[in-house]
Amino acid sequence: MLEHYLSLATKSIFVENMALAYFLGMCSFLACSKKVETALGLGMAVIFVLTVTTPLNQFLNSHLLEEGSLAWAGLPEVNLDFLQFLTLIGTIAASVQIVEMILDRYVPNLYNALGVFLPLIAVNCAILGASLFMVERDYTLGEATMFGFGSGLGWALAIVALAAIREKLKYSDIPEPLRGLGAAFIIVGLMSLGFMAFSGIQL
Amino acid sequence: MSKEREALLDPLVNNNPIGLQVLGICSALAVTTKVETALVMGAAVTAVTALSNVSVSSIRNYVPPSIRIIVQLTIIASLVIITDQVLKAFVYDVSKQLTVFVGLIITNCIVMGRAEAFAMQNPPKLSFIDGVGNALGYSLVLMIVAVLRELFGSGKLYGITILNPVNEGGWYEPNGLMLLAPAAFFLIGGFIWVVRSYKPEQVEEDFSVGALFESGHEVHLR
Repeated sequence: MLEHYLSLATKSIFVENMALAYFLGMCSFLACSKKVETALGLGMAVIFVLTVTTPLNQFLNSHLLEEGSLAWAGLPEVNLDFLQFLTLIGTIAASVQIVEMILDRYVPNLYNALGVFLPLIAVNCAILGASLFMVERDYTLGEATMFGFGSGLGWALAIVALAAIREKLKYSDIPEPLRGLGAAFIIVGLMSLGFMAFSGIQL
Repeated sequence: MSKEREALLDPLVNNNPIGLQVLGICSALAVTTKVETALVMGAAVTAVTALSNVSVSSIRNYVPPSIRIIVQLTIIASLVIITDQVLKAFVYDVSKQLTVFVGLIITNCIVMGRAEAFAMQNPPKLSFIDGVGNALGYSLVLMIVAVLRELFGSGKLYGITILNPVNEGGWYEPNGLMLLAPAAFFLIGGFIWVVRSYKPEQVEEDFSVGALFESGHEVHLR
């Protein structure tokens, strides 16, 4: 059992890295990776929100939305499948808001450290992507929690690594038109090539 | 140039959503191994962006600023649900290949970005044109990347063999890298390089979006 969860974690952190294998959360991945400090803050926020929203969405999906999932309420024929996107994104937006308020009230240090990144995360596609993958792969509640946490960790790892490279990049002599965004794309390409080394691992 | 024409044509090259505004990159990379999926994705994004711009713009005077994000998200999510159902009904195979990426149009920054940056300030008709223009700029990059990847990666275009590959008795040795994830990054990096060589004024001092995020963060820390 433990082994299963460990392999799921390894898989979601390295083999199926959200940023470098599925290109999710790319907008903030490229936009907020100019400094390691900023990248770390955003990475922490993503881990936090993913760990909260993925299991929550799993619960909602398996008890309200899936075909036949309303059997507990005596409505086995009702299929609310088509409301999936709306529910998932609604849950994410709402929980980001709630997480923000809770942090502000009880852990002001962490709240200040995460700053503007918390609200931004509601529209980070890595969060919605994790929930959609969870639905597609039929994870249980425990698996969903592990998957959410692992994906967040993998994403955070990737953005911190990219930020570190880009900090060094300031000192290199790149052709003028390629500076900034162009170079960032090519770096991410090389990084994703590196992460492909993990893809042979069978777990 | 009239205002409408500008709103339609400006995002194609001058102010391309992917190349300059750093918006909507996620899906641009994942759906471009084949021209067919890229085409369907481009059409879906165009429909959603144009319609969401119209809807957001027509209720812009009635929505309090504090809840505008959730209102926009609800509008966009509903439009994506409709698009998803249409795709499932008419091009089922492609919709299976796009997997989660149809759903991810909801968080595609182009849709949100245009709703927030343009439709909240402009009348519905102009917003519609702006939506179409930006989505076309996005589709243009998507198509360029997809054509290159499919042509060199599998020797085909839209499923029709152009370069006869070796394993089917032809002469072309398919470049496997093109079908893998990193190739998309290299191609878009190259695309930006080409565009900025012709239009040096696009070379940024700072990312437009990134600068916004980071300056906000620093203010907060202080």
